[in-house]
Amino acid sequence: MKNNTKYNTEITGAEAVILSLLEENVTDIFGYPGGAIMPIYDALYDYSKKLNHYLVRHEQGATHAAQGYSRVSGKPGVVFATSGPGATNLVTGIADAQIDSTPLVCITGQVASHLLGTDAFQETDVLGITMPVTKWNIQVTKAEDIPSALAKAFYIATSGRPGPVLVDITKDAQFGKMIYNYSKCENIRSYFPNPIANFEEVENAAALINNSLRPFILCGHGVLLSGAEKQLLEFAEKSNIPVASTLLGLSAFPPEHELYAGYLGMHGNYGPNILTNECDVLIAVGMRFDDRVTGNVSKYAKQAKVIHLEIDKSEINKIIHADVALIGDAKKTLELLMPLLLTKNRNKWLQRFKSCNEIENEKVIESARNPNTEKLLMSEVIDKLNIVSKGNAIVVTDVGQHQMITARYYKSNIPNNFVTSGGLGTMGFGLPAAIGAKVAKPNCEVVAVLGDGGFQMTIQELGTIMQSNIAVKILILNNNFLGMVRQWQQLFFDRRYSFTEMKNPDFITIAKGYGIKGQKVTDRENLVEALTTFYNSQESYLLEVVVENEENVFPMVTTGASVSEIILE
Amino acid sequence: MKTKHTISIFTEDRIGLLNRITIIFTRRHINIESITASVTEVKGIYRYTIIVYVTKEVVEKLIGQIDKQIEVLKAFSHISADVICREIALYKIPTKGLKENELFSRTINENHATILSISGEYIVVEKTGDEQEITKLFYELEKFGVLEFVRSGKVAITKPMKTLSAYLKEIENNSNKTIKHFNNN
Ligand SMILES: Cc1ncc(C[n+]2csc(CCOP(=O)(O)OP(=O)(O)O)c2C)c(N)n1
Repeated sequence: MKNNTKYNTEITGAEAVILSLLEENVTDIFGYPGGAIMPIYDALYDYSKKLNHYLVRHEQGATHAAQGYSRVSGKPGVVFATSGPGATNLVTGIADAQIDSTPLVCITGQVASHLLGTDAFQETDVLGITMPVTKWNIQVTKAEDIPSALAKAFYIATSGRPGPVLVDITKDAQFGKMIYNYSKCENIRSYFPNPIANFEEVENAAALINNSLRPFILCGHGVLLSGAEKQLLEFAEKSNIPVASTLLGLSAFPPEHELYAGYLGMHGNYGPNILTNECDVLIAVGMRFDDRVTGNVSKYAKQAKVIHLEIDKSEINKIIHADVALIGDAKKTLELLMPLLLTKNRNKWLQRFKSCNEIENEKVIESARNPNTEKLLMSEVIDKLNIVSKGNAIVVTDVGQHQMITARYYKSNIPNNFVTSGGLGTMGFGLPAAIGAKVAKPNCEVVAVLGDGGFQMTIQELGTIMQSNIAVKILILNNNFLGMVRQWQQLFFDRRYSFTEMKNPDFITIAKGYGIKGQKVTDRENLVEALTTFYNSQESYLLEVVVENEENVFPMVTTGASVSEIILE
Repeated sequence: MKTKHTISIFTEDRIGLLNRITIIFTRRHINIESITASVTEVKGIYRYTIIVYVTKEVVEKLIGQIDKQIEVLKAFSHISADVICREIALYKIPTKGLKENELFSRTINENHATILSISGEYIVVEKTGDEQEITKLFYELEKFGVLEFVRSGKVAITKPMKTLSAYLKEIENNSNKTIKHFNNN
């Protein structure tokens, strides 16, 4: 056994929790105390030099902060919450982490084991509630089982396709005495997190690519999770293959690279969407063919042979049939493929992407970046943010139109610098996730781009920023609407704006109440200066930009349409 | 086309695992026709047998999701031709007038059923067989009046399959390999 740490004196289960976290190199925790987790908080009190605890204002905020932390650092995010309502408040964030493959270790207190199943005060079936949204969960009722449960939790959360795990610890287990003994978990016999792609299949894939005229790479979150950015770049360059990115894959491939084809999916770029239905070989790397990417699956890339590089075997053939399945870590699989790849010139095929880009530029992008509308547009704000920050900020978004606009117009130069809620589309994700990102990367500028709706879903986390001095920059794109829903009402429900108009508070005054500086911008001529002040502020800063109320995000692949039927306006 | 599939799942001994597995079916709105859980010939390893009527495509996806659960050692699915399935059924019939009833004795004999217990009030008949056989006997007994009828879930042995212990060896070797790989990193 490795890393075997043994103390000969007895300690409590609660202290064992803390020592186990230290063993796993945890430095930061996001949490909220309560009755059933008090022994753990009490043990934490003695370790506050080594473990930074961030007191959030709602447990959902703790999960999103832990997600933001993990997404930019690659480390698992750690969450503490009490039983009952504390634990149920975690569910949204855990579900978000599950669908977006984010490693979280959530530790919840539970009522004493003799009270389980009695409807005791703040008892809830946390295991049952979180089962569908965790990669793994466990309830611990004895102090001596705590270290091994946590060791397994960290191993499972971070290995293979990462995901959230939850360890529910009864109060008597926290109080119980035990001889502490920690060994890291490195193997579970029923779990195979590191499959290696079959070499014959690797050869088949290489042959397909080498013989293809119009190959096309789709880069997903898996590229970032496996740290395969460099391998993907070399791979694409060696054979001159265009690369497009999913929402969660953004920042994995350099946006200004000549092989970069753009962003995929419902509000993605024109070229990568329509050319999906013209390529002859589709190389999907670490992505799962989400319906926001594929549009109508029965009309998706039917002409192409599909090569699917994926670590999670259950994703193969789940949505799109794979002609060649390479089950393994993206980085290792790309490394296996690389030497078999022939150098090719694909100017004609690449030219197709360029022509599409020109069309999109002319019809959409130019006017989105330099509009002559009366009010500001979200797109020009993000474009200017991109200029002011030189594409180097960690950008965290909430969910809605501003999210799609940011995905389209912010050009993240650094891997893992774009953080968003993709699979679950959780409003309220942005602010706490930005807090977590800033905690993980204190020397980077972190900008939260939020809608007026989503900001108010976790607005209370301004308190976390205030208390822990977290210099997050908050950019509110205020259209006084639940914009994305309003867009759908306009396009598909005859402009019947049913409950999507927002009467908003004075955000600057609210920020002020939390000791956060702020500014509201309404005019085009003040935008760049305001963004510069905002971006260069040493402390947290809230910039509210009043934007056009009824701006729509285009292009768009409407529901039921094929990617090749993407509309530009 | 929807057909009958027998899913065999081998798992570690863990509280809540059955819940994790059934959630996979519930979430996809798939009805479980029958489910049994039992120990296996290997200590500490459990076996679930689940019968579903779905398409081949769906069953493959189900297997993928089940296999993905951390404590599932392996899940397999088989079509009817590849499994030997048995269930057991008990039938409670009123005793009155049955003792000398020839037709009743013949029904029991011809169906290879046995009489488990007789009291003044009722007779309990037991039958082990496949689904059709058990249903057939139910219809034949109906004319004598069936007070109660209960059938177990199916247990199944698949024809083509490695022994569990051979499989366990294999995964142990495999995971050793992966660990080595992991450490080289
Ligand atoms: C928790 C949650 N509730 C509801 C939704 C549905 N929804 C998606 S986008 C959206 C509107 C978001 O409005 P806002 O935050 O103002 O951003 P905008 O679209 O205007 O940029 C809504 C309500 C959601 N994604 N998440």
